[in-house]
Amino acid sequence: MTTSAQTGVAPVRRLGRRHKRVLPGFGLSLGISLFFVSLVLLLPMTGLVVEASGMTWDQFWFTVTDPRVVESYKVTLWTALAASLFNGLFGLLLAWVLVRYEFPGKRLIDAVVDLPFALPTAVAGITLATLFSQNGWYGQWLAKAGLEVAFTPLGIVVAMAFTSIPFVVRTVQPVLEELSPADEEAAVSLGASDGRVFRKVIFPSLWPAMVTGVALSFTRSLGEFGAIIFIAGNTPYVSEVTSLMIFIRLQEYDYAAASAIAAMVLLASLILLFSINLWQGRYLRRLEGR
Amino acid sequence: MSITIDQISKNFGGFQALNNVSLDIPEGQLTALLGPSGSGKTTLLRIIAGLESSDSGRILFGGDDVSQLHVRDRNIGFVFQHYALFRHLTVAENIAFGLESLPRKQRPSKPDIRQRVARLLEMIQLPELAKRYPAQLSGGQKQRVALARALATQPRILLLDEPFGALDAKVRKDLRRWLRALHDEYHFTSIFVTHDQEEALELSDQVVVMSQGKVEQVNSPTGLYARPESRFVFDFLGHVNVLAGVVKGQKLVQGDAWVSLPAVRNDQEAQLYLRPHEVQLARTPCAQAKLPLRIEAISLIGSEVRIELAPEGWQSDEIWEIGMSHAEFARQNPARGEFWYAVPGVGHLFVADSAQPRTIDWQYTEAANASSM
Repeated sequence: MTTSAQTGVAPVRRLGRRHKRVLPGFGLSLGISLFFVSLVLLLPMTGLVVEASGMTWDQFWFTVTDPRVVESYKVTLWTALAASLFNGLFGLLLAWVLVRYEFPGKRLIDAVVDLPFALPTAVAGITLATLFSQNGWYGQWLAKAGLEVAFTPLGIVVAMAFTSIPFVVRTVQPVLEELSPADEEAAVSLGASDGRVFRKVIFPSLWPAMVTGVALSFTRSLGEFGAIIFIAGNTPYVSEVTSLMIFIRLQEYDYAAASAIAAMVLLASLILLFSINLWQGRYLRRLEGR
Repeated sequence: MSITIDQISKNFGGFQALNNVSLDIPEGQLTALLGPSGSGKTTLLRIIAGLESSDSGRILFGGDDVSQLHVRDRNIGFVFQHYALFRHLTVAENIAFGLESLPRKQRPSKPDIRQRVARLLEMIQLPELAKRYPAQLSGGQKQRVALARALATQPRILLLDEPFGALDAKVRKDLRRWLRALHDEYHFTSIFVTHDQEEALELSDQVVVMSQGKVEQVNSPTGLYARPESRFVFDFLGHVNVLAGVVKGQKLVQGDAWVSLPAVRNDQEAQLYLRPHEVQLARTPCAQAKLPLRIEAISLIGSEVRIELAPEGWQSDEIWEIGMSHAEFARQNPARGEFWYAVPGVGHLFVADSAQPRTIDWQYTEAANASSM
């Protein structure tokens, strides 16, 4: 038998299971990823559950169904819903403008979209509270219209919307950019009105990205703390959010109760994200023909 | 419905895509816009469709000026190179899209639409795929669906932008034949854009050759092939063998090569264009030409034998190509590396001072004698 050096053919490696992948580094990269996911995400969550599991079921139930806490759930849910829906519309508009049109200052606006992420949330909260207070720049005009924003649940909506708008813009933007102009041209050449083109051609392509953006915006709003507490007024049973309830329990050194409430928020977020992933997977599979 | 293109010009920034183009597209015919990329053919098609506006000039459909009409009001069918099917809609929904977009008064009833879609699916021979999504179709099937979708509203004019460009050779050929048959049956006025000369010559009734935003020549495929009016058209329609030289004493001379010419003024540069099938091979030079060549490659694939030759003792920018029948090949039996002489049958002479070629017919008299030895 000739050796590989003589024939000039590279030696055939034993085709064990490990060599079947063409891309190298699968084991290493997956290992590191899982390690960090565990370290940064799973471990703290486990800690949360462990901390909460120090309570009996009755204690847990008592803590999470405390009327003041339940009221905070309600406030948090509806404000987060309002904020994320507003962001869905406004974010779509913003993404649309940034992708579809050329205008001076476009790059600047594109950069400013990320500002809520870059800004410390407390700074955002204080700024918003100042602007919307009775004699703030916006507040004085809104007050004349009979609208009170600062130190009311409406303020919570404003703070939530502000801190989570980039989610919608940044998820919708790339999808909009990738839309083929030919699809719209085809629709128009078939006689479709502008409205019909948007409803039947553009929106179905944007829809999954928009839902993701809104869901991310919603879950982010559920956990928002820094920006909200400065503008919410934090009146018990009226404008207290769940994250504030956690904070209050922490200040009382009641770590178990804080963990219990936090676990509820976590659960809500997980359920939402999972169900959206499932739904979206099915929708996208159809588009990809699987 | 006939189409008149009247002095259309279009600039993109500093680039002139179309330069004062005027053209008549006869009713019921299949017209090809043929040209290399950047020749303005797609821009012209999009202007006809109304997807692009022209800087100046008019578009008329059957005598009516439609220049100011929006694309959705022009009642055209447009087929895109990459199909542009709506991927979240099924095949049937895609085809029904145009019908459902009609204003309420003209819109057929739901059962009517379903029936029309079924008929169109029959026409494109894909009735079993009605419920599929575009991603589940092959390229050829997608383009058929795109065609059915464009034809659903019974447009007056069908425009196709490189309709077969994204398909592989076999599918392309089938689809081409199918489109031709469809066109012969329904007789809509169609224009299609292509950069493939073979496609244009095979499929169309009339070919419009475009280059650098201008129309170079309009003719039937056979007319175009037989009488190219410019060097560009010549170069673009398949391979061409060129002898570039100087006219001296009734001959076009370059190095060791020469070809006898009819009366042409002496001492001017000229190029002789010869199509692969207008040249024969001989072992010895003939009376009307001496074109020594060495055989570089022989390809037996296809209906004729293609022989590639390199000039010996003279020069040519591109390799020479000669096509001969398999019978002729068996008789002459040329082999790679051998020296042969090319015998021109018909040639097209471009003289420096005129853009139009002169066709020269030597007849194969001498060649026939030479090759039968």
